[in-house]
Amino acid sequence: MSFSEIDGSGAVLVAAQRRVEMVVLKADLSNKTTRATLKKLLGGPVPAPRKIVNNVAWMAPDELLIMVPDGSSADGLVALLNAGVKAPVLAVDVSDARAVFSLKGNHAREVLAKGAPVDLSPGAFGPGDFRRTRLGQVAVAFWLEAEDEFQLVCFASMREFMFDWLVNAAQKDSLPGYF
Amino acid sequence: MLLLKCPCCGVEGEETEFHCGGEAHIRRHATGSTDGEFASYMFERKNPKAVVFERWRHVFGCGKWFHAARCTVTLEVFATYGAQVLAPPKPVIAKIKARRPDWRQK
Repeated sequence: MSFSEIDGSGAVLVAAQRRVEMVVLKADLSNKTTRATLKKLLGGPVPAPRKIVNNVAWMAPDELLIMVPDGSSADGLVALLNAGVKAPVLAVDVSDARAVFSLKGNHAREVLAKGAPVDLSPGAFGPGDFRRTRLGQVAVAFWLEAEDEFQLVCFASMREFMFDWLVNAAQKDSLPGYF
Repeated sequence: MLLLKCPCCGVEGEETEFHCGGEAHIRRHATGSTDGEFASYMFERKNPKAVVFERWRHVFGCGKWFHAARCTVTLEVFATYGAQVLAPPKPVIAKIKARRPDWRQK
């Protein structure tokens, strides 16, 4: 992954990633046939509610967010999904509509906990968990990429505001040291 | 602060993650109804003290609508349940009765 903007002045490294290819899929995920088809097309299981598996995230009971792996294109995946699922389905390339950030450092949890009404203690939120919520006043979703690295996605229109918000929240000596 | 559990995605969040959609289980009066019925449907809302049924939307989460039964006095949430019902289901009523024995459903 490459970054368009990085700030390492705070207690946590905040980085805005360059365009990440991703696809939103709307389909009835409770349907067994659809799940089986998706498993085949995505090359992995459909994640359980509020989970992320192999860069496929559970967004809602009828929605998945799929991060397209390097080397393949969102266009290809959109065509594959729209043609492959034999049920009412809609896959859309949302790469240009989203912004993705990385938060790297031991205190990444504390930066997010400042603005999100979520229990972010290591026991309550671990690798594989995926949470849609708000950060400050911005609708976001985040998950753990590694033990000390969060990935965060929000609408592209919020990119600059979100970056500034994260840099501000990550300032040195501003973290409560709770976790 | 209210603590609501979204029955669609299972998230237990506080109220800033949700948005209230007003009184639940309202009967729509439109074509063929009298002016009085329509005015009542449009403008009149119950405003009880204690137990209320409301519609809520998990606006910062999965985006789905659901119902909640809660108390306006103590902010206790008795239960949340799916949006695809016309009246509170029996288990929800039972939960409210267990906490508020004097309460009568109108």
